[in-house]
Amino acid sequence: MSKFYSSVTKKIWMSFMGLFLMTFLVVHLSINLLLVFSPTTNLFNEASHFMGTNPFIQLFQWILFAGFVVHIILGLILQIENWVARPKGYRVKAISEESFFSKYMIHTGVIIFIFLAIHFVNFFLVAKGIIGEIPKTLVDGKSVDDMGALVIALFKMPYYVIGYLIALMILGFHLDHGFQSAFQSLGLNHPKYTPFVKGFGHFFAVIITVAFMSIPLIIYFIK
Amino acid sequence: MDLKLKIWRQPSAHADGKFVDYQVHEISKDASFLEMLDILNEELVNKGEDPVAFDHDCREGICGMCSLFINGRPHGPDTAITTCQLHMRRFKDGETVTIEPWRAKPFPVIKDLMVDRSAFDEIIQAGGFVSIATGGVPDANAIPIRKQNADLAMDAAACIGCGACVAACKNASAMLFVSAKVSQFALLPQGKVEAKERVQMMVARMDELGFGNCTNTYACEAECPKEISVTNIARMNREFLVAKLS
Repeated sequence: MSKFYSSVTKKIWMSFMGLFLMTFLVVHLSINLLLVFSPTTNLFNEASHFMGTNPFIQLFQWILFAGFVVHIILGLILQIENWVARPKGYRVKAISEESFFSKYMIHTGVIIFIFLAIHFVNFFLVAKGIIGEIPKTLVDGKSVDDMGALVIALFKMPYYVIGYLIALMILGFHLDHGFQSAFQSLGLNHPKYTPFVKGFGHFFAVIITVAFMSIPLIIYFIK
Repeated sequence: MDLKLKIWRQPSAHADGKFVDYQVHEISKDASFLEMLDILNEELVNKGEDPVAFDHDCREGICGMCSLFINGRPHGPDTAITTCQLHMRRFKDGETVTIEPWRAKPFPVIKDLMVDRSAFDEIIQAGGFVSIATGGVPDANAIPIRKQNADLAMDAAACIGCGACVAACKNASAMLFVSAKVSQFALLPQGKVEAKERVQMMVARMDELGFGNCTNTYACEAECPKEISVTNIARMNREFLVAKLS
């Protein structure tokens, strides 16, 4: 692989895709929050209907899918090359000061991938009508899939909620390193702005994680 | 002070190695780490045994020759110093000290604690120089250079190429070294002329040699005896991206 793409090129693509996937997270979160901020599931169902039928979104969903594939495959290639670069390890574990979550990007990444696969089966394939049947509901006289009911049913299952919360926590760890790391890999380092990028990266990781986590908790305990 | 040493012994590049335990006694707290190894070697020679091979040269922290991965850290427990500047007062009496060679595929062990770091020379040979005719020595102020850039270039040029960054990195990545060498030229007018070719050639050579990829753990910066900043890595990425796109 290094014959075709340099290590820096791979890291640049990794960063672009990582930042792209973060923007997707923000969009996803804002739609999910409709379930919590609205007394009925109508708004969420309408948004889901829009996301599932709008031609631009349908096209964009393939770009998003490609983004995931590139990020995951490059992540695996980089990790394998990194393991190969040190065939014999140290007897005493390295204790150098370093960015904590950076050491576990492959581990958190693999867990997020498993979560993503489960998530894909539970929601995306159901929404697309590939797996199971989804009841219909009327929103403003229009018949749309009742995705809200599907989400609420899953978030009423304690084990599902626990699994979801753990996966989201791991995603937060991944984002905590990923955000500032993407800027570094893209060469976007500046004495004036980098402290802000680092600070915002931590804030972004926490806010995304907490906001996503609040949804199953509110549905499980309050709704 | 008395110490128990666990030292990696490997007779030659292709032989199998193993850790061997040694005891050293009555070592002065003021002795340097390498002097402690000299004392051990003197004892080994007197006993007719093969002394422990380790790299060293100036013993002033400027040549980049000494190495050693001591108790989990390149150049030992102190920050911003080389192994030759490390003193025994940093250790406790009776402590066990594990000494390992740098571990990375492009840094093969030659013998015991000595590794072949010529991979770094090969990266320099790929572009870490200025080949344009720059003429004779110009007047001090003939080429205006921003003070900030002059300082950053000087900071980058402080890299002594010891390889601690590679040794510390969990990926055995040489990005800190290469980025320091790219930066010291890219920041100055004479180096800017060939900056685009230089960064691409040096990165390509680094990859070919089998160094790992940077995952921004910043362990390199924490262990660098010359405190080379990871901002150099960002600069190199930027230089590389601009070179590829233009």
